[in-house]
Amino acid sequence: MKRLGTGGWVILALAAIYFIGPLVLTVIFSMWEGRGHYGFDSYVTLLQRPNIVSSLVISVELSLATCAALVVLLVPAMVFMNLYAPKLRPVFEFIAALPFVVPAIALVAGLSALFTGPEWLIGTPFYLVIPYFFLALPYAYRAIDVGIRALDLATLTEAGLSLGADLGQIIRLVVLPNLRTALVGSTLLTLAVVMGEFTFANVLLFHTFAVLINEVGQNAPTEAAALSTLSFLITWLAMAGVLLAGRRGGVQLSGAR
Amino acid sequence: MATIQARGVSKSYSGKTVLAKLDLTMGDGELVCLLGPSGCGKTTLLRIIAGFITPDAGQVLVAGQDVTPLPPSARRMGMVFQSYSLFPNMTARDNVRFGPRVGGVPAAEQISRADRLLEMVGLAAHKDKYPHQMSGGQQQRVALARALAVQPQVLLLDEPLSALDAKVRAQLRDEIRRIQRETGVTTVLVTHDQEEALSISDRVAVMNEGRLLQVASPAQIYREPADGFVARFIGAAAVLSGVTEDGAVRVGNLILQADGARQHAGGQPVDLFLRPEHVRLEKMNGHIPPGAVGADVGDTTFFGSLTRIRLKLHDHADSAGLWADLPSEQAEQFVAGSRVLARWDASAPRVISRN
Repeated sequence: MKRLGTGGWVILALAAIYFIGPLVLTVIFSMWEGRGHYGFDSYVTLLQRPNIVSSLVISVELSLATCAALVVLLVPAMVFMNLYAPKLRPVFEFIAALPFVVPAIALVAGLSALFTGPEWLIGTPFYLVIPYFFLALPYAYRAIDVGIRALDLATLTEAGLSLGADLGQIIRLVVLPNLRTALVGSTLLTLAVVMGEFTFANVLLFHTFAVLINEVGQNAPTEAAALSTLSFLITWLAMAGVLLAGRRGGVQLSGAR
Repeated sequence: MATIQARGVSKSYSGKTVLAKLDLTMGDGELVCLLGPSGCGKTTLLRIIAGFITPDAGQVLVAGQDVTPLPPSARRMGMVFQSYSLFPNMTARDNVRFGPRVGGVPAAEQISRADRLLEMVGLAAHKDKYPHQMSGGQQQRVALARALAVQPQVLLLDEPLSALDAKVRAQLRDEIRRIQRETGVTTVLVTHDQEEALSISDRVAVMNEGRLLQVASPAQIYREPADGFVARFIGAAAVLSGVTEDGAVRVGNLILQADGARQHAGGQPVDLFLRPEHVRLEKMNGHIPPGAVGADVGDTTFFGSLTRIRLKLHDHADSAGLWADLPSEQAEQFVAGSRVLARWDASAPRVISRN
């Protein structure tokens, strides 16, 4: 392998500063207590807020529910499309790209007009799973598509069918385990999207973690910085957890030796 | 184990006929090769037998039962694919026990069956390896064991050796034959490799353009090809076009000895097929005796123990010629450009009508 030259190191350093600099400054600012003093006051105040745990729990629950919806709806749909209707691929690509071009505020308006039921869902934060599904769709679709293309899905399915398995067994025992890496990627992206989503939750009056960050930021800037730091930590911990879970019993998809 | 019958099976795609009212019967415990060039319909026929393609017309019967309406999962057929198709997330043993597992066989029986079959294909020591940890030949053996684990009535092999290198292909070919004989399972093998088909089969079914041209033993296919396509497709043969004349074939000014010409009326346009192993060569000493033809030695191709010599016939306007396969030591005396006499037994050529 070629060695990284001086130019390469400079580019890497600049990239690291670009990504890490704002984080470090946010952490420093979150610990600022005024007059040159630094400490954990803003963190203590923040954790004493009555709604922090509830909003965090809502966001985590919404993330998990959105991930589940994507696995249950999107994966089988993509498997069926690849196996039986590959001509529909452009349609899938178009639908998956739509959330990128429709502004969030327009999506909220459309969602409120279209999804007016069922009753048991409308009044709860889980109503947000519907728009979050679409928000995460472009990222999840792309990650799962890459995984499916790496598999010889048609032959594996035919092999399973010839051995007496039905399509459900093939998806559960063969396709999903071999999409582990793709599903981990899709889950990470969905987690990041849902944990940071503000517009939908704010307009529809649900008190998620992102809404709380905005609220705190209006009147307590150091607490907002502390909350952002905590938010980063929580998201990263979740991602690390998903990555570890995905790596355990990890699957090699390379061909023959 | 069971017989397989394809009765009047037809299939077209966008108006193009892929299979045309094809009838084929495979006997109990028989290994039949579907052989033909790319696009001849052999894989389509195999996939219709497997249930992956629905025929436009006709039936597939296994042990006398019509399986045409059954889905692949209900047909009890083991299938081995060209591209290995092992499940990447499972070890060799888990791959082999997949069929029994989804079929509701008790776990202990699944494992003992998988271990027994892995032993049979010589991979008992590799049972805990994942597909990516095995070579192509090993993966294809596991695929074979996996197909046998469902105790199929019929084994379908879709070009199982074509992705392997020559040495492994020859080894695995012998192994497939051995295992097929041991298990006695009726087997259909699709291939475009004539050497593979001739060496492994009980019978070979030669196909072209969606039709069966000849179904016979490998020896019969080689020695008595039913038509010009089979004669050209199977093995090497010189093809000389002419007309029959008094128990011989006239090709231009040449009269070529061929007993087969007697089966045709005089003046009939025919093709004369002559295998290179039937041609003998002598150095020319001035005249051409009856029953021999004069030729110039052309290119030679070295095959190890044999050398194939291309011959340009004298007194023949076209560039048509013969081939002669000689032991390599003997072939060295015939250098390019030298003049030779070519002979063959009159019973050797196959004469096939061009009408």
